[in-house]
Amino acid sequence: MAKHHIAATVNGDAVEFLCETDETLLDVLRNQLGLTGTKEGCSTGDCGACSVTVDGRLVCSCLMLGVEAGGKSIATVEGIADGETLHPLQRKFIEHAALQCGICTPGFLVAAKSLLEKKPDPTETEVRYWLAGNLCRCTGYDKIVRAVLDAAAEMRGA
Amino acid sequence: MQEKVKNAPGSEFQWIGTRPDRPDGVDKVTGRARFGADLAMAGQLVGLVLRSPHAHARLKSIDASAALKLPGVKAVVTRDDFKDQPSEFIPAGEMMINYRDVVRSVMAREKVLFEGHAVAAVAATSAAVAKQALKLIKVDYEVLPHVIDVVEAMRPDAPLLHEDLITAGVEPAPTKPSNVAKRIEFAIGDIEAGFKQADLVVERSFTTKAVHQGYIEPHACIATASEDGQAELWVSTQGHWIVRAHCARLLGWDVSQIRVTAAEIGGGFGGKTVVYLEPVALALAKKSGRPVKMVMTREEVFRASGPTSGAHVRIKIGAKKDGRIVAAEGELKYQAGAFPGSPVQPGCMCAFAPYDLENVKVVGYDVVSNRPKVAAYRAPGGPIAEFAVEQIIDEIAQSIGMDGIELRLKNAAKQGTKAAYGPKFGPIGLIETLEAAKSHAHWRTPLGKNQGRGIASGFWFNIGGETAVSLSLNEDGTLSLTAGTPDIGGLRASLCMMAAEELGVDLGKIRVQIGDTGQLGYNFLTGGSRSTFSSGMATVDAAREVMKEACKRAAKLWELPEDAVEYVNGGVRPAGPNAGKHAPMTLKDIAGIAGKTGGPIAGYARINAHGAAPSFATHIADVEVDPETGRVWVVRYTAIQDAGRAIHPSYVEGQYQGGVAQGIGWALNEEYIYGADGKLQNAGFLDYRVPVASDLPMIDTVIVEVPNPRHPYGVRGVGETPICPPMAAIANAVCNATGVRFTDLPMSPPKVLAALDEARAKGKAKI
Repeated sequence: MAKHHIAATVNGDAVEFLCETDETLLDVLRNQLGLTGTKEGCSTGDCGACSVTVDGRLVCSCLMLGVEAGGKSIATVEGIADGETLHPLQRKFIEHAALQCGICTPGFLVAAKSLLEKKPDPTETEVRYWLAGNLCRCTGYDKIVRAVLDAAAEMRGA
Repeated sequence: MQEKVKNAPGSEFQWIGTRPDRPDGVDKVTGRARFGADLAMAGQLVGLVLRSPHAHARLKSIDASAALKLPGVKAVVTRDDFKDQPSEFIPAGEMMINYRDVVRSVMAREKVLFEGHAVAAVAATSAAVAKQALKLIKVDYEVLPHVIDVVEAMRPDAPLLHEDLITAGVEPAPTKPSNVAKRIEFAIGDIEAGFKQADLVVERSFTTKAVHQGYIEPHACIATASEDGQAELWVSTQGHWIVRAHCARLLGWDVSQIRVTAAEIGGGFGGKTVVYLEPVALALAKKSGRPVKMVMTREEVFRASGPTSGAHVRIKIGAKKDGRIVAAEGELKYQAGAFPGSPVQPGCMCAFAPYDLENVKVVGYDVVSNRPKVAAYRAPGGPIAEFAVEQIIDEIAQSIGMDGIELRLKNAAKQGTKAAYGPKFGPIGLIETLEAAKSHAHWRTPLGKNQGRGIASGFWFNIGGETAVSLSLNEDGTLSLTAGTPDIGGLRASLCMMAAEELGVDLGKIRVQIGDTGQLGYNFLTGGSRSTFSSGMATVDAAREVMKEACKRAAKLWELPEDAVEYVNGGVRPAGPNAGKHAPMTLKDIAGIAGKTGGPIAGYARINAHGAAPSFATHIADVEVDPETGRVWVVRYTAIQDAGRAIHPSYVEGQYQGGVAQGIGWALNEEYIYGADGKLQNAGFLDYRVPVASDLPMIDTVIVEVPNPRHPYGVRGVGETPICPPMAAIANAVCNATGVRFTDLPMSPPKVLAALDEARAKGKAKI
């Protein structure tokens, strides 16, 4: 069967790609568009390493088909920094040592950014529940939660 | 607040103990860092593995002819592509390996020994074609009875996995094969005489379930092999020299034919110290003449890569009324999985290590069953034994009405203590961790309703080993450091800090990379909590070589004897009677004259790092037990551990916190669940649920520093000890909250609720 021709926006840029019907958005991002910052940890929507936003909504890109991205605006970890300037969340993750191996980090950053866009002043509990869909096996989450709270405070100007 | 500046005035050090940004930080928060599955090569094929659907079966025949005819299929490999290997045990970190078993683990030969065992692999132009090809491979299995449980596997009538397996370590040697691969024993003193002195003896049996390391990045690699026999492998691994050695051996190639590059590694915890896909990918690449990329699915990771052992443990401890322990006995039966080699030996070593005891006997059994072969998992073997021992210690404290910290202090191992497994401890920090626990606010904070508090100590011995590091002084005075132990949790930061400290230069002047196997001499893997210790030691040696060479070059320029020049504060100057005769030169100045004074300046340290020192910990856990559901919440946790010296405290804390989180999962929820058919029922993150952010509290840490005299900066390995105390600390806390002692892991809600109901019926439950 012929591949589907899809047009979408990724990190603000217009992109076009050809994909199979059963190809996930994650596969498209990684294999067709070369955006390997989005990671595959399980391909069943349980680990959150493949988190991206689609028209502002946080999704696991392994659970969405590439063809469903047509006309949508996708944001990945590669689009979080502004040119040479890191996003406060990225800076705070480094400062707080909120990553060890770093494989889960892109997913956490995308998810945390999505949280702070909806709720600029989350409590620790709110951060923990919002990020409950993202698995980290290295850190015990302590420093991740602190980094997100600190970034939120900085972004609020607190 | 993070300290990003140099250490405060008065500190012994400029960099050690500060918290600079890690050198690989930006790459990891921007998505640039390239992990195992992130590299793509032109013309690459997709490699997939056909796996056994049976727990135990004879492999009568494999017919791949139909698969090979499918358009797009470029190569198939089976057992016929790997030469058989003789039986020979070789040390691999804290574990042992036998190539006879490794070759069978990578690709089944006579039998499949667990569900998920690799039977064949294909390389094809797309994943879709490869999947279709797997379906076309005809495998004729003769299904055999299987055995999953360790105690059942030890029975004389259990199905035999290996018809030639004779138990080692038993005199006289058994005449019949069994599933017991080995018996080991450590003993000191006279155990019977010890128990005779006891005022009280507590004995219990415990069980733990197999749990997986649960790294978020599945195993992944990409291989190329050219027509002239040269091969390259890009792989997520804890040790690329180990991967090279294993692949060369299994493929019958020269070691020099293979260059292995360690990708960024997305977690390992011991599970990436062995090979699964790597030799297969190289074999497929060689056969097809194309690059082959192989990535496991999460399901394959669970079914076919090594978890750690489940176990059956019996512990018996005798004590006097004043709390002095007079005898300790243990019997440990560990699952090895399909091939011999469980971590029962380190389990036996760890069991009573925190205590200074005269009479100890520990017996361990290494038992095969129809499960994936276990791999190392953070302090392999230790947490299982310590889960049991630390609960008995708690029960003795309860029985004699003594505080748990006091009981431990009374019996604590210290400098000069002879451990049951042989060595006499040098300076160690167990007592310091217990004192820190006693004075910590956590220990004195009142508990709420349905809450309990538990304490447990833990131990891991740590290792050193073969290590090579190079340090080049660049022409502009900056430095390039190349290490060979993959960085999983901040190693590169720590190495730069040690180099900067030694050289007296700004941290920003040193850039570090993990070199490939062609760039350095043999490096043993990142495991055994050895990388900061061993690569740190080698880095210091390399830095000293650069400093010595800098002095030599200045001496040449100044026409002075070499020993008339000294290295001070990041530069050189004439020393002794010549002091002040020439203006000091910085390392940058020296770099500028390198060419005309003898050529490039570099240090190259090649060592076998000795002097690894154990790290002890004491953890305090508070839990709250839901009386209606049996759900246990960890509501407060404090991990106190001796780091020797923390080079970068944030990453030391991170090791403590990560180990605790894994321990909490092991204690409360994680387990491999098998059906009667011998198949794993929860091979995914939904059903094998690791702790998520909303399950855990903040994890408080206290870094105790009792420097290791055998390391230039006092470093002890810290990565593994943190997973040893949590299961016991939590079980002790649950007992404190409920009045019920839990001897079987995990303490999951249905089990806790059932035990509570039973205790309530007898009027023995506190909630």
